[in-house]
Amino acid sequence: MNEIEIEMSVEALKSGDREAFARLVDETSGHVHRVAFQILGNEQDAEDVLQDTYIKALRALPDFEGRSSLRTWLYRIAVNEALMLVRKRKPQAVSVDETTPFDAEAESEGMEIVDFCCLPEGELLSSESRIFIDRAIQNLPSNLKVVFIMRDLEGLSIQETAEALNLSENNVKTRLLRARLRLRQELSVYFGGKIQEEFRR
Amino acid sequence: MSEHIHTPQCQQILGSLSEYIDGELQAELCAEIEAHLKDCNNCRIVVNTLRKTVELYEQTQPQPELPEGVRESLFLKLDLDDFLQKNNKSSEI
Repeated sequence: MNEIEIEMSVEALKSGDREAFARLVDETSGHVHRVAFQILGNEQDAEDVLQDTYIKALRALPDFEGRSSLRTWLYRIAVNEALMLVRKRKPQAVSVDETTPFDAEAESEGMEIVDFCCLPEGELLSSESRIFIDRAIQNLPSNLKVVFIMRDLEGLSIQETAEALNLSENNVKTRLLRARLRLRQELSVYFGGKIQEEFRR
Repeated sequence: MSEHIHTPQCQQILGSLSEYIDGELQAELCAEIEAHLKDCNNCRIVVNTLRKTVELYEQTQPQPELPEGVRESLFLKLDLDDFLQKNNKSSEI
């Protein structure tokens, strides 16, 4: 939703204007679905979250106070619904409230140093690489994954991400860095293997 | 192919790298990082691959489109089926 302005009349939506709500659904549902799919990694669950998000939004609209933008508010509902489902599926996998300060020493331990930027685009974006790239994000812990999705995939600012996830901005920054470093590490190991294969040929 | 980053200076800049690649770091800190990057090949690789990682995710991101049939089910569920035929999307998205 970053590239679109949701020019909705909030008053119309709050007063139960069904046409305005249909428009809101059409403007935003692609993004809500994508976020749900990325958090859950499964189409059926993403559809359930999509439906539950708009059912909840419809009920909650009369109380919408406009403290955050409509899109941030919708993202917040969608992320909460998706995380609720993750908790149901894997109760041990979610620790969204946990706040550990960034530990540079621990984070730099075992860091892979491979300059994979030199690989050709065709290799970096091959269908095999794309599968790996998708899998790496699925392997992130939920508390890091949601921050990465909001900031880097949906393009929200740090402040909007903090609002959507009900976190402090500092917490968002720390988690974003951790998520990016972990993904960088995974991709370095993966593409490092590809570079070695090239050398052997 | 793999080396660890261990110098205290390398670790010091690690905490600011996200904001650095987003261009959201104060000029003074940026200058410190850039001075370090001139002399540290490992950190230069970390910065470049960190930036590339974010770029690859941006590039491989699917379009925000609903799979076929999902819009219909959603509209039915929300009792909005009378608006199904209408293209409710604004022309510029």
